[in-house]
Formats: sequence, structure tokens, C-alpha cells
Amino acid sequence: MSLRTQPMVFQEDPFDVAAISDPYPFLDRLREAGPVSYLEATGSYAVTGYEQVYEVLTDFETYSSAGGLGPRDIRKDEAWRPPSILESDPPIHTLMRRALTGVINPGTVRALRGPFTPPALELTDELATRSGFDAVTDLAEKYPIRVFPDAVGIPEEGREHLLPYGNMVFNAFGPENYIFQQAFAEADVHSKVVMAACERESLNDTGFGKQIWDRVADGLITEQQATLLVRALLSAGVDTTIFGIGNTLSVLAKEPEAWAELRRQPNLAKFAIDEALRLESPFQKFHRTVSVDTELGGVHLPAGTKVLVFLGAANRDPQKWGPDADKFSFDRSSSGHVAFGMGLHQCVGQPIARLEMEIVLQALLERVETIAPAGPAVPIIHNVLRGFESLPVTITPAR
Amino acid sequence: MTITAPIQAPAIINTVIDAVEYPADGVASLVLRRADGQNFPSWAPGSHIDVHLTDDLTRQYSLCSDTEDLSTLRIGVLRTPDSRGGSAWVHDRLSAGSELRISAPRNNFPLIDSRKYLFLAGGIGITPIIPMMRAAEAAGREWVLYYGGRSRNTMAFAQALEAEFGNNKVRIVAEDESGRLDLSQILGLPRAHMLVYACGPGGMLGAVEDFCMGWPPGALHTERFAADSLGVGGSSEPFEVELSLTGTTLTVESDQTILEAVEQVGARVLSSCRAGLCGTCETRIISGEPEHRDAALSQADKDANEVMMVCVSRAAAGCSKLVLEL
Repeated sequence: MSLRTQPMVFQEDPFDVAAISDPYPFLDRLREAGPVSYLEATGSYAVTGYEQVYEVLTDFETYSSAGGLGPRDIRKDEAWRPPSILESDPPIHTLMRRALTGVINPGTVRALRGPFTPPALELTDELATRSGFDAVTDLAEKYPIRVFPDAVGIPEEGREHLLPYGNMVFNAFGPENYIFQQAFAEADVHSKVVMAACERESLNDTGFGKQIWDRVADGLITEQQATLLVRALLSAGVDTTIFGIGNTLSVLAKEPEAWAELRRQPNLAKFAIDEALRLESPFQKFHRTVSVDTELGGVHLPAGTKVLVFLGAANRDPQKWGPDADKFSFDRSSSGHVAFGMGLHQCVGQPIARLEMEIVLQALLERVETIAPAGPAVPIIHNVLRGFESLPVTITPAR
Repeated sequence: MTITAPIQAPAIINTVIDAVEYPADGVASLVLRRADGQNFPSWAPGSHIDVHLTDDLTRQYSLCSDTEDLSTLRIGVLRTPDSRGGSAWVHDRLSAGSELRISAPRNNFPLIDSRKYLFLAGGIGITPIIPMMRAAEAAGREWVLYYGGRSRNTMAFAQALEAEFGNNKVRIVAEDESGRLDLSQILGLPRAHMLVYACGPGGMLGAVEDFCMGWPPGALHTERFAADSLGVGGSSEPFEVELSLTGTTLTVESDQTILEAVEQVGARVLSSCRAGLCGTCETRIISGEPEHRDAALSQADKDANEVMMVCVSRAAAGCSKLVLEL
């Protein structure tokens, strides 16, 4: 018989600016309250242990997505937009996932290496002529926006709305606080442009968008679902990759030995990226809804309550990763980290994101002998994403 | 006390056919016993053996006997009209008392521990599934089998399995009675903590793969028929792999994957499912010809031979060396 205990009640607010700008001391304190605890500020249960996070992510029957990834149950009151694939359960989720996985998979993504490479070379060529640059504003924010929208096949016009729209989508996985309000200040404008870009007639004949629409003709998905899937690509595929690149560089800029090793063996770049994503996971947390009374980490969870899943905490859980879980270790096997989620809703765009990150890092490694922080990195104040507004670095160019 | 050295599985095991049974129209079931009277090496559900019919005719067949009883092994062989010779040889030339050279059991289709299983078999594809069902039952796991075939009289072991486990767990779907397996019904609602194990003809597995794109990554495990035999393919000979980035050359033994051999020499390959499904270990081929055994690459990509999944794929028969970008 398992021991059912009352959860510890944790008083700090995970959406407080202090907890957002410096998340790891906060997560350490939260972890001390147990792998599952009760958050007084949000009325939800915090899940921080790797084992428990893994369980929530893989048991999609007990932990539903249809209630949305935010703190409110979107089935009870109106959501701000029609539910996405991320906010659905089987069998609705199943057809959408099939359509998306058929279009985006390692085989189809491989063909992108060609078109994705020149912009990375061009950007890094220029940066390597300087003595320093901002790894976020000069590189991380520039690269995905140059390659990803083309891969989807949306018009040039209106692309400036993608980042603000992604910012809205992800911030809505947190409470409607002032961070949310700021993100939604011009919500209608951004939504309108992005939704228009998802329509069949907006998409070119070669991108992923058109291929998703092709599944409507097959009868697999409806027109509305096709629109929602293209919307999912556009909202989930830009910010997260920007943060992935920025976060990886924020880690590697402090690891001169790893940088030198990577310059000798650039084919190991993907391992460094994986370990950096474990340590600085762009997608830190989101909610699931408990669909039936259950027990997790010894804590009883009543049906209908929300759990707040801390991916960023699971990826630093010493029980899983050892006492040096907070450190970058090039020799560690980071596989199993949940930065891209796990199971049914695991990021479909993962191969694209990995390709972008690898191309840009390898281009930089070839051109930059050493890289080091040139000042404090400025964290972004975001409800659920972890990243930087600014990341100044100094470099010495490779000769 | 006696010190027993670990028993090394011999490369070739000489066997004698104990019995030939005919569990269905066109299916011969061979029960093999070792010529030296010893037990066979232990094996796990999903395993197959190479059967050396002649010096240049080798076929793979899945084991469908009891993993607990190592005194005999059982295989099921369907006579195929388009046979390249293997199944015809078995049906026409072998009988009780015939000698047969086989390999030790190997497993390319292992049953991963899970809370729930969905087994799907098409025709003779039932054979590797049978030991899996027994293992799932013994471990107290929730499971169900959907077994499709043209008609009951062509479906080996159907009646026996139904009798053993009941028709709640064993769902026999004979095409002449109730049509084909309704995969949209069977696979339309993904279940948490459930793995799908499927074995059958290529057309069925292609459809299963398509439906399972809506399941969690890694949920589906398949084994294809290769020509007229079961199992994943021809070559299981050792071969060399050269790692182009370091110049290291290593040998991949017949009971090893490239991934395992490469990891053994300390090189790193990103991998996840290690079963040819997820595509994580995709590796560029510099030279040599691979035999693709994964379910991640499209046929066009397999034909292009530019990349391979090193967790399951091997060198093609006749290719002694692969040079990989590692």
C-alpha cells in the first residue's frame, strides 16, 4: 500500500517576477516541498520531480490537455482562441497529430539542411568580424525568423507579427497577470495577421503549410484543423527555437573548455545543445488537468484540479541527474530530458529545432575561437518560457 | 564445487526436426530439438533464428514456442506462392527426423516492459507475437490481440490461442467472415502506457505505421516479413565500420548493433528509441551499402542510401565495410 500524504503547501508564487527572472533558486525551494506540492498562489499542484513529471507527460488519460495548458479550464469558460492540438486529447488530437507527423518527420526535415545553411553562414560571417555582439538580438532572434517561415511557406508580409503572437500563445499558459496583459496588448492585430497566413491561399506550394492542407483533401482532417495546425507551427516554432539558441549560447559562453572541445569536434554540437537544453530549458512549465482522482508522488490529486508541470525542475532533479544536476557536463548523457516534452504531445517540430540549433552553432564554432560573457544576461519576463532579452558576449575570431 | 564457464552460444546449432505439424492451410510448424540433446540457449519473446536450408539459402523465422522450455524450439513457415525458395524447401523437403542447421536465437523485436500491450498480427505474423502474449499474461499486464487473416483455416494457432486466452483477449478477424482488421477502430484512440507490437505483411504494417503517427512517439514496434521469411532481413554477418571523423575502424559482430559497437569504442551517437522508430540516431553514410531495417526513413530515403539508422540497420549482404560520418 502506498502512503498517501497531505501535500506541503508552498506559498511563493511561481509567476512572481523574482521567480521568473532567477528561476533555479525558486525551483530548489519548491523541490524541497516534495516532488508534488500545493501552490497556494494558483490553487494548483506543482510537479517538480523528474519521475512525477514523466508520469504526467506520459499518462495522457489521467492528465488531460483538453482543459488547456493555462491555469483555467478552457472547457468551462471561453478560451481566447479555438483549442490547438496542444490543447486536445485523443481522439481529436489523434488525427491532427497523424497529419502533422506525416508532414514533419526526420525524413522531411533532412531536406531543410540545404536552405537553412546559407543564412547561418551569412549571419555568423558578419558577427565574427566584431569583437563582441549580443548573442540574442544579433543572432538567436535573427536566425529562426529567416528560415522557419519559409519552411512553412507563409507570405513575407506580416512576419513581424509572428514573435508577438508566439509571445501571446505561451504567456497564456500562465495566469492573466500583468505579463499576460502586456503580451495581449495588441492581440487582435497579431492574431488576425497570423490566422490569415494559415489559410490555404496564403501558403506557397512547397512549404509544410501546403502539405498539411493536402491532408484535408485526403479526408484526414478538416479545414479548420488544417488552419489550427499551421497556426500551431507558427506559434510554437519560432520563439522556442530562438530561446533554444540563446539559452545554449548562454551556457556555452561560460564553458570555455567545452567550446574548445566542440571546435575540435563540431559533430558533437548536438550533445552540447542537448545538455544546454536540459540545463536551460526554454519551455519551463505548463498545466494539465487531472481527469480522474489519482495519486502522484504520494499526494492525492482530485479530478478537475490543475497540475503545474515544471519541466525545468525535472531537468535539474538531482534524483535523476545526480548531485551536479545544476552544472553543465559535456560528458553527461542528457537523453531523457523533457525540454521537448515527452510522449503523446512531444514537440513535433523537434527535428526542425535541432537542425536550426546545430547549423547555427556549428557555423559559429567554425568562426569563433573563444566566446565569453561580456556582461550580465538580461532574462525575459515571461510566464512560462525561459530565455534572455540580451546576452552580450565578447569573442576572438578564428584565424 | 564446480566452476561453470559461461556457455557461449555456438554460431551454428545442429538440430533434428522432432515433428512437423500443419496448424493451418499452407503453414508448416517445425519443432526442433538439438542434435546433441542439450537445451537451446535461452531467448526472449520476439526472437528469431536463422535457418540454414542449404549452403546459400538462409531464412529467418520467428520463434513461437515457450521461452521456459528450452528443450525444443518451434517455428511456423507459410508456403508463399512467390517464394524465392525458402518456404517451398521447408514444405517439400523437410520432415520429422530431418537435420537442420540453425543459428542461436537473436532478437530484433524485443518486448519492452509496459503496463499495457496491443498486439496486431497479420497471417503468419502471429508467430513472434505468441511468446509476447504469454509473457504479458505471466506478468499480469493488460493486453489484447487482434489477429487478421484471410479465413480461419489459414490462420495458424488461431483456435488454440482463442481457447487458451479467451475471445475477449484474442480477437480473431477472418476476412471471409468479418472483413479486414479495422485499424481505424483498433488504433483510433491512443492509450496511455500502451505499446503496440505488430507483425504482418508490408501493406498492413504501412497502414499501422500511419495510424500510429497519432500515438506517442515510440509506442509502435513492428517486424516485417522479408521476402518469404519472417524477420528483418538477410544479412547478419559481422562487418566493419570506419568512423570517418576519427579514422577508427571497428567490427560489428552479428549479435551487436552498429550503435552498440560504436558506443563500445567510446564514440558518441545521439539515440533515443534504439528500435529504428524515432530517427534520432540518423547517421550519414560516406561509403558502403546499408541494409535499412528502420521504420523512420521513407522508402525514397532508404533508396538514396545517404543516411541510416545505426540502432537497427546493418551492412547489406556482400558489403564488408561501411564508412560512417561519426
